[in-house]
Parts: sequence; structure tokens; C-alpha cells
Amino acid sequence: MNGSRQSTPLRAPHEIAVPGQGGVGDSPLRPDGTLKVKGEFAYSSDLWIDGMLWGATLRSPHPRARIVSIDTSAALAHPGVHAVLTEEDVPGRKHFGLDHTWDQPVLAIGEVRHQGEPIALVAADHPEIARRALEKIAIEWEVLDPLVDARRAAFDPSYPRVQERPNPARHQPVRVGDVESARAAAEVVVTGTFEVGIQDQAFLGPESGLAVPADDGGVDLYVATQWMHNDLKQIGPCLGLPESKIRMTLSGVGGAFGGREDLSMQIHAAMLAMRTGRPVKMVYNRHESFFGHVHRHPAEMRYEYGATKDGRIVYADVEILLDGGAYTSATLNVVGNAASLGVGPYDIPNIKIDAYGVYTNNPPCGAMRGFGAVQACFAYESMMDRLAAACGLDPVTVRQRNAASQGTRLATGQVLWAPLPMAEMLEQARTLPMPADLDAADIRNLPGGASQTTHGEGVMRGVGYGVGLKNICFSEGYDDYSTARVRLEVVGGEATALVHTAAAEVGQGLVTVEAQIARTELGVERVVIHPADNQVGDAGSSSASRQTYMTGGAVKAACEAVRDRLFERLEHDDLSLVGGKVVSASAGVIASLEEILGDDAIEETREYHHEPTTGMDKVTGQGDSHTQLALCVHRAVVDVDVELGLVKVVELAAVQDVGRIINRLSLEGQIHGGSAQGLGLAVMEEIVVRDGKVRNPSFTDYLIPTIQDMPPMRLEILENADPRAPYGLRGAGEPPTLSSTPAIVAAIRDATGLALNRVPVRPEHITLGAAVS
Amino acid sequence: MRVNFTVNGRTEAVDDVWEGESLLYVLRERVGLPGSKNACEQGECGSCTVYLDGTPVCSCLVAAGQVEGREVRTVEGLADGDRLDPVQEAFVECGAVQCGFCTPGLIVQAHDLIQHNDRPSDAEIREALAGNLCRCTGYEKILDAVRLAASRKAALR
Repeated sequence: MNGSRQSTPLRAPHEIAVPGQGGVGDSPLRPDGTLKVKGEFAYSSDLWIDGMLWGATLRSPHPRARIVSIDTSAALAHPGVHAVLTEEDVPGRKHFGLDHTWDQPVLAIGEVRHQGEPIALVAADHPEIARRALEKIAIEWEVLDPLVDARRAAFDPSYPRVQERPNPARHQPVRVGDVESARAAAEVVVTGTFEVGIQDQAFLGPESGLAVPADDGGVDLYVATQWMHNDLKQIGPCLGLPESKIRMTLSGVGGAFGGREDLSMQIHAAMLAMRTGRPVKMVYNRHESFFGHVHRHPAEMRYEYGATKDGRIVYADVEILLDGGAYTSATLNVVGNAASLGVGPYDIPNIKIDAYGVYTNNPPCGAMRGFGAVQACFAYESMMDRLAAACGLDPVTVRQRNAASQGTRLATGQVLWAPLPMAEMLEQARTLPMPADLDAADIRNLPGGASQTTHGEGVMRGVGYGVGLKNICFSEGYDDYSTARVRLEVVGGEATALVHTAAAEVGQGLVTVEAQIARTELGVERVVIHPADNQVGDAGSSSASRQTYMTGGAVKAACEAVRDRLFERLEHDDLSLVGGKVVSASAGVIASLEEILGDDAIEETREYHHEPTTGMDKVTGQGDSHTQLALCVHRAVVDVDVELGLVKVVELAAVQDVGRIINRLSLEGQIHGGSAQGLGLAVMEEIVVRDGKVRNPSFTDYLIPTIQDMPPMRLEILENADPRAPYGLRGAGEPPTLSSTPAIVAAIRDATGLALNRVPVRPEHITLGAAVS
Repeated sequence: MRVNFTVNGRTEAVDDVWEGESLLYVLRERVGLPGSKNACEQGECGSCTVYLDGTPVCSCLVAAGQVEGREVRTVEGLADGDRLDPVQEAFVECGAVQCGFCTPGLIVQAHDLIQHNDRPSDAEIREALAGNLCRCTGYEKILDAVRLAASRKAALR
């Protein structure tokens, strides 16, 4: 490894051997499952190495303030402290950021722009010593009024700037047809103003990792991330190191959901390790984690739809305002998604959308599962229900009447080239069996449950529908690709495929799918998954529901290349690999893989690029900006205690088209989990912010669904192949997170008759809320 | 201070423990048992659940000194060598594991449930696991796993 000393931590990530069966379309079990149930899987917080120190971060208590002075001398003098670092100690570039924005300071420079912004670092013998040393860092502040008005940031040029650049980070318009003429002719007009609160990814494994200084002056980093190579592009310049001197290994990731796209402790731990010459481990606690990563953008959305009396939408006039907080993170792309998917999967002839992302001193926001499409989906689906009510139609019919299908031109002008049987999926959702009527005899079935807040009086049942359209893979002209290296050789007498990628397994089951693809393409049983690291090419991010598509595509391509080289050694041209043997269609079994390979290894590395996309036109938003679109339909059934405002989701049903099922067991888990996060946004999850400060940074006060909150689910999974994608598959992780939220809120509206323009819906919205006007 | 306790049948005498350390910290950082997870450190998520004298507790809420002379059993102590406990086996088989960070705590809690009740209703499973947060699975496969493990246990009777 480039001459660095071999100082591998105890409990480091290692190869996972995957014996057994299960190709594409089967449901083999997770290869890392046994380690995980035994407590032996090496998460990034579990790493341990001799002589390691503990790193800790001092964060700003203020959302906006100037740093007049910092005095670290008392902290440095504290026994057991080995280093105290500030921005002056950043070895290279002092800013990092996604998408070449480079606007986020590694450590605050003279001012802070959000509560929790990192200011100084400590390395100490014990985490408690590090914590006490942080308290001894003396800072003289000039506290300023935080800039927290997203609307003024977007539209008022006199509003002070959060950064040096203008406050609007991006404005993306979409223009189709002639909205003004359509407005004059519309028979029915419905309007709505909708809000989405800040949702947190709330992955269970907080940010953590280990930095080990190397003899070559570089550093070995063991971290939990979604995209190692993109981390590296930011870490290298900030540390003043070439990428070749930074060896990254993916450690066990305790969930991600977008919250690990941005850097957290990576540069900090490396700086402390390089300064002290000792390995440094950093582990955030839950409180710090709420400040350690970006969140889902809160949104304020104004919608106006015009339609014919029979419910055909003739125009949409939409404004979406997304508060990105202090730094850019993924805001530019989140705005692109909100704009391009602002009216969802509906065929609308005249469209005006303006989506804005702005800087404020509120908490920084960026990627979270659904990424800009979630916010818009809550609004456009709420609008469909309003339209249904205004036209006297039921919610399914009004959606079917306006549903997109293969060949429909979306708001961006992009034509849906693949099957999209939305009207049929809605019909399926409608006709699925309904859950049983409320059995109030068992209080656990009631809203409020064992708290005994009701015995059934005041409880109303409601049913609602939601449809969500999500882009899969990276959009807007990005050259999106993944890389895979596959090596076929005989190990211990058995043909074995070694699969090596940099793709992050974050819990979604990518390692399972990689092994399935290798088995299908190479006809082997035994597959070994190499730990993900940066000793192989870029795999892109484990986000945008893209890894089965992109890294799956790369593994498939590398396997095909290996297979081609294997077949070159043989004379037949009608060969295939089945059950560890090379089979000729004409001559039958030729030989076993072991016989053909002998002592040789065949290794091939391939990149897989998806079909190119284009940017969105800056004025009209037009362009083929997405490479794949995926749809999910939800039906929600709820019981609502209308007197206390308590909601019990009774059942969620989902109909999703995944193109091709690669692994049903994992896929169902994705739909369940995505639906649960949508449920959280619908009825409980919000980071509450006042004057730029987070009021509930804990699992005591920020609630995520428990097993009591999550209802049984019914799933209908369709397989209408996308001809462009590997095996015809569609990304599946995000669509259910879009559609479950509006379906649940629609069901609550159905039960209560209330307007409910904001998520999460809180008890007071139900007990004190206004009816639909 | 020194803390003497038994963990997974092994006697431990742990030196240099700071009085403010939790049982979770001692397990993870001092006796090499990082299976129990630190996800909230305030008893809300259940990821650090271990048996203390046979009762499931959040080890993040137990001060290290409180375990003096007592018996702890962690997720690492459930399997019999390479043979998984039926609850562990069912979690893998049913797809109840995704990122797996909540898994150790859920397995200890489910193990406790099934010890006392090998024919739990869904409502009983939900009640027993209500203190264990999972962010990945939506809990459906976890219910499947507990049902399966319980039915296997019941079949052995």
C-alpha cells in the first residue's frame, strides 16, 4: 500500500465470502447478516487500534456570530490533551463542499453561519477529557441576529447576505405552454399553500470513524460514507495531500439516507491524526449528530391548478421555496428535482414552476431520501385531492384522468420512454382488500394505544391515496458512472469471483446484489466481496436509488468482460456458463471453470455509464434531465381521534413498478423502510427551529416511527422493464418515501375534513385545524 | 476504579474505569465487546440493550459501577459458537437486518420476549419491541423474524 505501514485496526472491515446460491431474481440472504446479528460487524464506531486518541469537536452555540478571538491555551494545557486545532491549522484548502461549491469552512473562520458549525478540534486520551477540554476553549463572540427568513432571502435583494454570494443559491424556472391563457379559460381553479418541516435522516449509527497516520505522510481513513471518491476530492485539497496518500476504507455504515453525502468528521479526524502522529477516533453522540449532517430542506409551496369541470388539469402555477441553510451542500440539485418533478406524474399542458433554494442561518440542508421530490409530492398530491373535491370526483379517478403514461411529455419536455402504468397501479391500490374495521375492544388498536386516551369514542377512519414520481441516478447532465473490478480464479479448489467496488453498502443490500449478479453472469457459486475502498475506481454515491442500477451495471459489465476472456480460450462460439461449467449449445458441457482456469486468474475492470442526460434550460427548464423515472402508489388507512388529534395509521398499501425484481426480500425491505420514513414525515418528524436554533436535537424530542407506529403493509410489485437499465430494473429505494406521506395526510383529511396544509401533522392541527375552504 | 463483573460467562476485572462511564462504554471500549451499539445514549433507541442479571436494560443508562458483582449477557453471548440463536437466525432469514445498527438491541429484546412467551401475538411483539428504534426496515421483516423464531421455539417444546 504505497509504502505506508500496515497498521490495520482491530475490527477492521474485511472480505466477506458469500458461498451458496442465488442469482438475479432470487432472494439469497445478506452476506453480512450473520456478522450483524452476532454483533461482530465492524461499524465505523467500533474501530479500535492500539494507542488511539479520541477526537472531539467544538461547535457554535450561535446561528450567526463573529468570532472576535479564540484562546485554546487552557484546553491545550489540560492533562491528557494532545492537540487543539482551529482553522489556522487546516493544512490546505480551508473550505469543502459538494458539487465544487467549496463554501463550507473546515473549521469556522472569523464567523459562524449556523448553530453547530465546527470551530475547533481536540484530541485526548479519553472522550471525557476531550469534552472537558472543549469547555476550556475560550471564545469571545459578537452575536448577530440570525437571517432566518427564507422568503426574504429569495426575493428581497436588500436582505443581508449569509455568505458573500447572493442568497438565492438557485432559481430554476419551468415554462410550458401558456399559463395565462389557460387560466382565463379554466372552469375550476384550486389553490393551496403547503409546508414541509425539516426532516432528519436519523440513521441509527452516528457519524464516526478512525484516522491512522501513515509513514508516507498520508493518512488511512476508515469511515462511514455514501461516496468515498467524492469525499476524497474534498479531503485531499483540505489536508494538502495528493489523493494517493489518502487511503479510504468503508467501515460499517449504520444507515445513511442522504445524511452521509456531505463530509462530517473525515477531515477533522485526519487533521488530528496528522498533528499528533497517533490514530484518532471520532464518534458523535446523538445530540452532535443532529448538527453533524445536513437535513431535508424545509419547503414552502404555493400551488394553483386550473381544470375543466370534469377534472382535466389545464394549467399549473407553482412556486417552491426551499431553505438550504448556511451552506450549499446538495441544494442546487434538490432545487433541480423540485422543479423538474414539481407537478409529478401528471400530464398538464400549461405549466409555470419556479423553484428556489436559498441561504439562511437555519440548519444546513441537503440530501435526504427523495431529495427535492418529497416536498413537491406532498404539495401536488394534496392539490389532486383538492381538485377531486372541487370537481366532485373521487381521488383515484381524478389522478387517473390526469395520469402520465408511456409517451407522456413531463414538465421538462422529457418524454416518458419506458412503461409507466400509473392509472392501472392506482386501480390496483384501490381494489386491494381493506383492513378490518376497528376493533376497539383491544385498546392497543386505537389512536393513543395503551395510553388509554380513548375507548373508541371520537375515532374516525379515513382512506387516502398518494402517487410519487422519482428520478433515479444522477440527473441534469452529470456523467454518472460506477466502476467494478471482477476477478475469477480458483480458490481452495473452487471457482471464485472476487468483486471489488468503491460502492457504499449502507444497509440497502448492495453486497447481496453484487454477489447475485456475479453468480448469474459467471455461473459460480462462491463470491467474495472485497471491502469497498479507493483502490478501485469511483462508484458514485449510494443515493438517488442508483447503486443496483449503476454498480450493478458495472459488476455485470466486468463479469461479461471476464466471461469473454474465458471464452476466448475455447473454440466454440455458442458458450454459456452454468453451474460452474462452460456449456456449448451444440457440444454440451465443455469443462468446469476450475479445469479451464487452472492457476490463472482473469481480472477485468469496467465502468458503467448510464444514458446521458442534459441540463435544464435556465429559462424554460426544458431538457431530458433524467435517465430513469420510477413510480410508487400508496393507499393509507388511518384512524383519527378527532378530539385529541391522535392518529393511528392502520395500514399502508404500496404498488410499485420496479422494472425487474433483483432480490425480492431486500426490495420489500426498501419499500417498507421508505414508507416508514414517509410516515414519519407525515405525522411526527420535524426538527423544530426557532431563531436559527434547533430545539429538539435528541431522540427524546425528535420522534421517529416505532414498531407501534408502523402499520402492517400490503405490497404489489410490478415488473415492467425499463429497456435502458441493466436487467430492466428500476431504482426502488426512494419512490415509496415520496408517496406514503401524502397518502397518510389525505387519509387524515378524509377522516377529519380538515385542510392540513403542513407536514408533519400535529395533534393541534387536527384539534384546532381549519376545514377545507 | 476497578469493576468486577461477569460478561457472557467470562469474569472480567476492568481497571481504570472513570466513574462517569456507562456499562455500554465499558463493554465497547474496555472489554472488546462492541456489539451493543451507541445510537442515542439516553435510553430512547434500545440499540445498546443487554441482559443485566437476566433482565434487558439499556446499557447506556447503567453506570459502570452498578454492574459490580453482577452478570451481563450481550448480543455476542447469544450464539453457541458458530450456531446462531434462533432469534439471530430468523433475523437473517427474514430480511430483518439492513444496516444492522439496531439489530443487536432488537435481538436481545426479542430473545427476552420469546423466553417468556413463545406464542406472542403481533400486538405483544409490538409492545415488547416498542423501545427499539429501527430506521431501515419499517419493522415488517422484524415482525416476521420474531414470529418465525417464536414458532421454532414453540415447536421444540
